[in-house]
Amino acid sequence: MSLLAIRDLSVTIGGRPVLDRVSLDLAPGEILALTGESGSGKSMTALATMGLLPQGARTEGAIRLDGTDLTTLPEAALCQFRGQAMGMVFQEPMTALNPVQRIGDQVAEVLTLRGAPRAEARRRAADTLARMGLDPERVPPSRFPHELSGGQRQRVGIAMAVAARPRLLVADEPTTALDVTTQARILDLLVGVVRDEGMGLLLITHDLAVVHGRADRIAVMQTGRIVEEGPVARVFAERRHAYTRALFAASRHRPALGPARTYGPLLDVAQVTRDYPLPRPHPFAKARKARALEDVSLTIRAGERVGLVGPSGCGKSTLTRAILGLERPDAGSVTLGGRPVRADRRDPDLRRRMQAVFQDPYGSFDPRQPVARLVAEPLHLLGRVPDAPDRVARALTAVGLAPEDGARSIHAFSGGQRQRIAIARALVTGPDLVVFDEAVSALDVRVRAGILDLIAGLSREEGLAYLFITHDLTVARGLCDRIVVMEAGRIVEDRATEDLFAAPAHPATERLIAAAPTLPAQHPSEEERP
Amino acid sequence: MLSYALRRLVSLALSLAVASLVVFLVVEVAPGDPARYMLGTGAQEDTVAALRAELGLDRPRVERYLAWVGGLLTGDLGTSYTYRTPVAQMVADRLWVSLPLALFALALSTLLAFPAGLYAAARRGRAGDVAVMGATQLGIAVPNFWFAMLLVLLFAINLGWFGAGGFPGWSDPLAAIKALTLPAVALALPQAAILARVLRSALIDVLGEDFIRTARAKGLTRFQALWRHGVRNALIPVLTIVGLQFSFLLAGAIIIEQVFFLPGLGRLIFQAISARDLIVVESVVMLLVFAVILVTFLTDLAYAWVDPRLRRRR
Amino acid sequence: MTRRLLPGAVLSALVILAALVSFVWTPGDVASVEVAQRLQPPSAAHWLGTDQLGRDILSMLMVGARTSIAVALLAVGIGIGAGVPLGLAAAALHGSWLDEVIMRGNDLIFAFPALVIAILITAIAGPGAVNAIVAIGIFNVPVFARLSRGAALSLWSRDFVLAARLAGKGKPRISAEHILPNLANLLIVQGTIQFSLGILAEAGLSYVGLGAQPPVPSWGRMLAEAQTLVAIAPHVALMPGLAIVLTVLGLNLLGDGLRDALDPRLRDLRT
Repeated sequence: MSLLAIRDLSVTIGGRPVLDRVSLDLAPGEILALTGESGSGKSMTALATMGLLPQGARTEGAIRLDGTDLTTLPEAALCQFRGQAMGMVFQEPMTALNPVQRIGDQVAEVLTLRGAPRAEARRRAADTLARMGLDPERVPPSRFPHELSGGQRQRVGIAMAVAARPRLLVADEPTTALDVTTQARILDLLVGVVRDEGMGLLLITHDLAVVHGRADRIAVMQTGRIVEEGPVARVFAERRHAYTRALFAASRHRPALGPARTYGPLLDVAQVTRDYPLPRPHPFAKARKARALEDVSLTIRAGERVGLVGPSGCGKSTLTRAILGLERPDAGSVTLGGRPVRADRRDPDLRRRMQAVFQDPYGSFDPRQPVARLVAEPLHLLGRVPDAPDRVARALTAVGLAPEDGARSIHAFSGGQRQRIAIARALVTGPDLVVFDEAVSALDVRVRAGILDLIAGLSREEGLAYLFITHDLTVARGLCDRIVVMEAGRIVEDRATEDLFAAPAHPATERLIAAAPTLPAQHPSEEERP
Repeated sequence: MLSYALRRLVSLALSLAVASLVVFLVVEVAPGDPARYMLGTGAQEDTVAALRAELGLDRPRVERYLAWVGGLLTGDLGTSYTYRTPVAQMVADRLWVSLPLALFALALSTLLAFPAGLYAAARRGRAGDVAVMGATQLGIAVPNFWFAMLLVLLFAINLGWFGAGGFPGWSDPLAAIKALTLPAVALALPQAAILARVLRSALIDVLGEDFIRTARAKGLTRFQALWRHGVRNALIPVLTIVGLQFSFLLAGAIIIEQVFFLPGLGRLIFQAISARDLIVVESVVMLLVFAVILVTFLTDLAYAWVDPRLRRRR
Repeated sequence: MTRRLLPGAVLSALVILAALVSFVWTPGDVASVEVAQRLQPPSAAHWLGTDQLGRDILSMLMVGARTSIAVALLAVGIGIGAGVPLGLAAAALHGSWLDEVIMRGNDLIFAFPALVIAILITAIAGPGAVNAIVAIGIFNVPVFARLSRGAALSLWSRDFVLAARLAGKGKPRISAEHILPNLANLLIVQGTIQFSLGILAEAGLSYVGLGAQPPVPSWGRMLAEAQTLVAIAPHVALMPGLAIVLTVLGLNLLGDGLRDALDPRLRDLRT
């Protein structure tokens, strides 16, 4: 008999349908992955199971946990099930914990709520935290959340969810906000706990590669419906539904990059060092510093396609800011085409030659300006430009939008379209180098594939050189001739992409490659499919 | 925690130093010679000069500033030009009316605002919330001194439950508290309205946070999540307002004292202004500023108590 | 959305209209003293009754509205005019000594409640409406400086500002082109709130004699004069108070309504 049985679950929020006759089964000790793009309804299914749908939600159908239909339970009875019979792990470890309460107390609360005496609850909370890999010597239960790293916080989140030994665990994108290396460890922990305790796990993820090798069964969701469901091996091999096939294709999409063609030297980063001041413990203490970049050197040739990868906090962002001339390094120099890039001096002609595309498609645009004005902003660097409207129209066309889109407000565009507009803005001055700073990280796989094709096309046709900064090795591999790996403020490896993957020389590179989730190798016959 | 307190203490001392300089300079540029004012327009030049020497007005400014600050630190606020009594004694007498009044009002305002804000946040969007918010909207709009007049009209003149004004002194504490009740209510209600609104909106903001959802997933009811995890997090903006309110209440007390004929700092300062008794004005203003800066310091310490993140960072 | 905006706008418009009309017409003469007509209750001849000198209260209130509005409006002007540039500069130079100086200066002003500033100014220059404007205005400066600095800081951390810097634009230009326009709604809302607080503060200052001096009518002084008459002629004290309450209520409702209508995300910017 199944532990969790969802039958014909339909949910509307404020009249808008979000789930449409969803049915799922989860057996004790089983791991069921629920996957799909944003807006597919996978998170809503998780919240509906926990009875935590937002206000204004109407539910039809049944959610049975051990035979009890949760949808018919009054709120008070439902509270008895949460935490006790089912626990949940959330996506954002940075915000999911109460910032003003000690982690031990937050875990113990699950137990005291069920009537456990305080001392016993504390002891069991400490045990649970230790079992989740938080060494009591280094991370005692008396710590506050802000004293922990993202991965450690997610361990606390899991500890809270499993402290009362529930039979069902729901994990909503539990590792999406984490580094690849941390992601692998947290996933292993989650799977280990579930297997040890014989819980059922409903694992929500957008990343098919995460599912591979971990889940027993998979359900694929699209616009509120389950379109395909079955054992992971079978679904991965057969891919009966067109949407499943599209997701797979996009997930391992490799853009047609064309042969590497490089010309003369373009960007030269020479022995750059950057320190940040640390807060002083008291006003009379000596100033302390943290080194963000240590003696970093890097060159990019015209037309070259370089990837920059590394875990968070490795110095990627600081290096990016130094290259773009947004911050002045403490030592060393950055030159573009032989001219120094300096944060403290205006040099329109130099700026014109280097532009950037950022991660967040929503924060990248002044919400009060129409698209044409947003795209035209860098033209400021060229002085008076009589043909500005033409240039904007050409840039919009180059990224697959229509010139008429320039008159519209940025609010009218989706995340993927906004990234295209950001690329148009970067191209409008005809730069030699574009820095893509996690430019596809916030996008769904299919949209991401389109943007990757666009970038590859720009390189093929215009000979554009770029520096592609990403935490995702797979993306970097598909888009770059050369990959630079950073760790702890230093460049530890800088080699041609295929050499790097074939024989990583530095342990940091090895760790990154080992931790990166991968889809199973494609079936040979599939290569011929259109 | 200790180093945080130390840093705030240094900043407190700096603020006080600058504030004292500002107050001193403002009073310095004020027109009119206190000595001449005290003696009347018909006074002889040499009499005026003698009084100036006696009051120390002929010494250089820097010296007088240092002497004044030194006096402030040792509790010697100088001698009133008009009353010829020590300012410190005058201020201390009056402080025993104004300070209890402000604290009384602060307590009332907090006691009223917390249940109201909590209730409105818990019943967000429902009839109870709308009613509480409507009442606070009105409470904010009412000038406290006019509200005080209405209270006098109703409770003193028509019902005769309280006296219409005056202060019997602390020899009979019950009578003293009774005399301060209407003034405190008049001061507290508009502030309570502001505080309740801030608390409600802070709670509603916090209720949208991820960790409240986590708490619900642990099995806490909606109200348990609000009470155990929401309130403490919502306290940060609320503390800011409570701190600011103290200065409003102290200033408000000065005005309310006029309505109820209370012999507090307010009456003292208005008498001093009309008599150009600038040394009294200077001292009372400095005292008010000191109170505000001290409360800011205490608020900063309270932040650190509420929010562990502040104990480490700047 | 217009649930609060409409009544707020109507109330505020009525008060402003009454003040404007008073320049050309009032029901009675505010300068004429008719002792025979003193302390009349509301009637057809005097809609809101007469005061202790026999003057028509409605006329007094209409003329008094000019003082209230002028003082509060100019004080908001001082607050925005000085506070917003300071806040923008502090945000643009975040972390520098200038930011530190501006913020410490703000904290220092906060230590001087508006009433204390008014007392100090009165000590120098004597009482008057200008005194009230300056005292309330000075108190508004840190309010707007903090608000605009906080909101500007959150805007400076957005990627569109980085994009503008990559477009070669300097900090002053980014502040003017990208930061200020995005603050406009927030400033309108806060301006409305400070306007209503200014009305209250002006009433308080003129009540204790630190505001507008006779013969300029003001609501606060009308209340001060009515205080001793509250037992025999309550309407003399009630009417000016109601005028203040309705004006402040109207402006507060307008401010809340504008916040809802202009941008529901405004709250994100207030830190």
